[in-house]
Amino acid sequence: MSHPPVGTDHESPRAVGHQKLDDVVIRFAGDSGDGMQISGGEFTNTSARLGNDLATFPDFPAEIRAPAGTLPGVSAFQVRIADYDIHTPGDAPDVLVAMNPAALKVNLRDLKSNGALIVNVDEFDERNLKKAGYASDPLTDDSLSAYQVFPVELSTLTKRALEDSGLDNRSQERCKNFFALGMTYWMFSRPMEGTETWLRKKFKAKPELAEANVKVMKAGWNYCDITELFHTRYEIEPAKLPAGTYRNITGNSALALGLIAASRRSGLPLMQGAYPITPASDVLHDLAQFKQFGVTTFQAEDEIAAICAAIGASFGGALGVTTTSGPGICLKSEAMNLAVMVELPLVVIDIQRGGPSTGLPTKTEQADLLQVMFGRNSDSPVPVIAASSPADCFDTALEACRIALQHMVPVVMLSDGYIANGSEPWRLPNVEDLPDLRVEFRTDANGFKPYLRDPNTLARPWAIPGTPGLEHRIGGIEKEDGSGNVSYDPQNHDHMVRLRAEKVERIADRIPNVEVHGEQEGDLLVLGWGSTAGAITGAVNVARKQGIKVSRAHLRHLNPFPKNLGDVLSRFTKVLVPEMNLGQLALLLRAKYLKDIVSYSKVQGKPFYRHEILEKIEQVLADVHRTKQGRPVDVR
Amino acid sequence: MSADAPVLTKKDFQTDQEVRWCPGCGDYAILSSVQAVFPELGIPRENFVVVAGIGCSSRFPYYMNTFGFHTIHGRAPAIATGLKIMRPELEVWLATGDGDSLSIGGNHLIHILRRNVGVKILMFNNRIYGLTKGQYSPTSELGKRTKSTPYGSLDNPFNPLSVAIGAGATFVARSVDVFQSHLKEVLHRAAKHKGTAFIEILQNCNIFNDKAWSNVSDKEAKEEHVLYLESGKPMLFGKAKDKGIRLNGLTPEVVALGNGVTADDCLVFDDRRDDPAMAFILAQMLPPDFPTPLGVMRAVDRPSYESRVVGQIQHEIEERGEGRLDALLRSGDTWTVFPDGTVG
Repeated sequence: MSHPPVGTDHESPRAVGHQKLDDVVIRFAGDSGDGMQISGGEFTNTSARLGNDLATFPDFPAEIRAPAGTLPGVSAFQVRIADYDIHTPGDAPDVLVAMNPAALKVNLRDLKSNGALIVNVDEFDERNLKKAGYASDPLTDDSLSAYQVFPVELSTLTKRALEDSGLDNRSQERCKNFFALGMTYWMFSRPMEGTETWLRKKFKAKPELAEANVKVMKAGWNYCDITELFHTRYEIEPAKLPAGTYRNITGNSALALGLIAASRRSGLPLMQGAYPITPASDVLHDLAQFKQFGVTTFQAEDEIAAICAAIGASFGGALGVTTTSGPGICLKSEAMNLAVMVELPLVVIDIQRGGPSTGLPTKTEQADLLQVMFGRNSDSPVPVIAASSPADCFDTALEACRIALQHMVPVVMLSDGYIANGSEPWRLPNVEDLPDLRVEFRTDANGFKPYLRDPNTLARPWAIPGTPGLEHRIGGIEKEDGSGNVSYDPQNHDHMVRLRAEKVERIADRIPNVEVHGEQEGDLLVLGWGSTAGAITGAVNVARKQGIKVSRAHLRHLNPFPKNLGDVLSRFTKVLVPEMNLGQLALLLRAKYLKDIVSYSKVQGKPFYRHEILEKIEQVLADVHRTKQGRPVDVR
Repeated sequence: MSADAPVLTKKDFQTDQEVRWCPGCGDYAILSSVQAVFPELGIPRENFVVVAGIGCSSRFPYYMNTFGFHTIHGRAPAIATGLKIMRPELEVWLATGDGDSLSIGGNHLIHILRRNVGVKILMFNNRIYGLTKGQYSPTSELGKRTKSTPYGSLDNPFNPLSVAIGAGATFVARSVDVFQSHLKEVLHRAAKHKGTAFIEILQNCNIFNDKAWSNVSDKEAKEEHVLYLESGKPMLFGKAKDKGIRLNGLTPEVVALGNGVTADDCLVFDDRRDDPAMAFILAQMLPPDFPTPLGVMRAVDRPSYESRVVGQIQHEIEERGEGRLDALLRSGDTWTVFPDGTVG
């Protein structure tokens, strides 16, 4: 049988409807080894090249290969593409590709009513149904009647396409994710050339595998084109994003690039100390590739050595950075305190994951805020900032380095698994517009003391080894201000504790005010930090379109807070703080501003859905209005 | 040393800080030796960095007029590694103790040794926790009665040199706090070594573990029960050099010279031996069955870690050209949104 040519401009041999969509959410779900992350990733890259706005949410188990066909082994990749500016990977998929019964079982609850469900019927045998906990076959027992079900013999068709390939049975089977990808390319009118190029590059050493996957992808496309299963193809126009050059980027990749940018803009060599840990390891993998930028990556023997090596590098005048996650940040606390005492610049990056302890390594959470704020012995303040989206990891990494270098302090930057692995289009900055981070080492021996103070920032001089006349000793024992000599003097200790706190407070002099989107005062402000930005923005935008008066603001700087934050909070009757923890920012805000915060918690290892925040907004406003009716006086 | 560099003296390495070790502590002697050796190395003072962990020995940096970093318990090797790989030209020395390096910092110690980072480690071994006032340490003998082990300790002690050799150390040596000329000679040799130099210094804590090394440092012991290692020479000891070490299979044994036994029957020491077997045999020789070997036990040339780190970066720069930030940001698949909204 000869295949018709394929491509977006191809005339279908049968009557197929075309429909424009502004926004669609697709989820690929299968076994850990089914290649769902690859299918999702390629769909994303192709859509990025078409100029769609997009957001992704990879969701995979901690086990590399959990037992095949089981619920814990299900791996999924959700991508949302749109012709307008979107902020989240979507609450519920419009299309679910389920490669086996377990993937169906885990993901079906999220599928929109009447959503499209493509299932690989070949995997729906008695054994797999049993493994997934199905008493009867959902494909035949009517339980899927709320959806448009497209049963496809995905494995059979894949193998049939590869009959003459000479590949063994297992290698043939492994190509089936590209059959599914080809189908979605047809459904959403995407070209296949980009993925073809990618496959040929990836399998350069094994061209037969590249060609097999290309063939299977085209077979998937043709299957949709020829069979009567699908009647409509969808189109999503490019998004009207601000002019510029874009690339699709994950948070961890953006973070790595931000660190290299900080190294270049400061003129300091970058030294990253790290120990492998999910989901932070990708930052190490990325930076390890960029040795031609003078980057030193040091895979240490443990988390403690990783931060200590970064401190040693910083003592020597390098840009010392350590990256970690979850339990790793616990292990680093003592060394962070050393950096607090010796007042050296250091950037500590915590890609938060579900916890406590080992917790949920591959799932997301933002519950390390109080840990990084207070998780060290004694009064030991450090600046804390958080990234709000994948692309924002670039700017936030630069900002972390700026604070560390200009204020001679260890800085904590928080990201989390959701934005670390998720991706979005990133408008590339001009290098010359990036902040100037140049530093001056102390070289003048005249009048030098290790704890002299900059009158504005209170920063001490950075006096690096190798500088004649500046020989001095630093360490974790309390030091006399100025001279840096060991001091057990009670008054000096009191002075130094307050000084270290004041030094962090003064960082607020050089950070922007928090910006309120919407009315500057009113009944409700939704205030967030970190990766909840997308869901909050989406929910508030929808609410406002519906005529609901609600404002929003988002914090990058968590310690110190922007100077206007107290004033902003006081202008709203209620402040709603959604967090993927049990109310950690809410606790800090209540303590500092005596403001009655409405805390909204979700700790499921998953990001907030837009609709959850929208419903909460409606509920809080209803409460406010009821209170106002009962008591006409403003109760603020 | 460049010709116009100022000539340094011991005094140049003394600080104005009051030394706060207990009177009679062996640390004073070690400090004095190090302060005497540093000016003889031909290195500008500003290039010296002394790093330490926590413990009595780790107060060392405060008394050395160099750059110094008194860090946290056990972690000095990691901090020194970060410093040395970013600043290979610096002369980095590390002061530590048996608790700091073999207990809380055991992990970092073995890893700095396996990597062969160019750091000189002075491990003051007094077989006790001094700063915390007298608990047994990982080098205390089995059955040691201390405040924390009133009925005797139950742990087997570490043999520090065996640990170091096992971790792949390229330079291991042993000396004694009060054997000043011997110690200085060992320090000079360590200074010349390119990778990690591990020096166990037997040090007396006169408050909590007095006379722990009397079997080495007492007048009689010093003459009769110490094996002073000299490369290329047979292992002989005793004031009259009338005893030696002979190998019986893989086991060393002490032999008295005479009755047909000569120096030629004794093991000839070679500190440059590529494999660590001889160094390990020496490290395992303990009193009372054996004399205590002192001196450099092993000194082999291997590439230092920092030279590899720097070399890899230089290689990538040569291969790929110095990285350009703008090109890096624009790498991968990009697309352009034009002001009229079209995408290309």
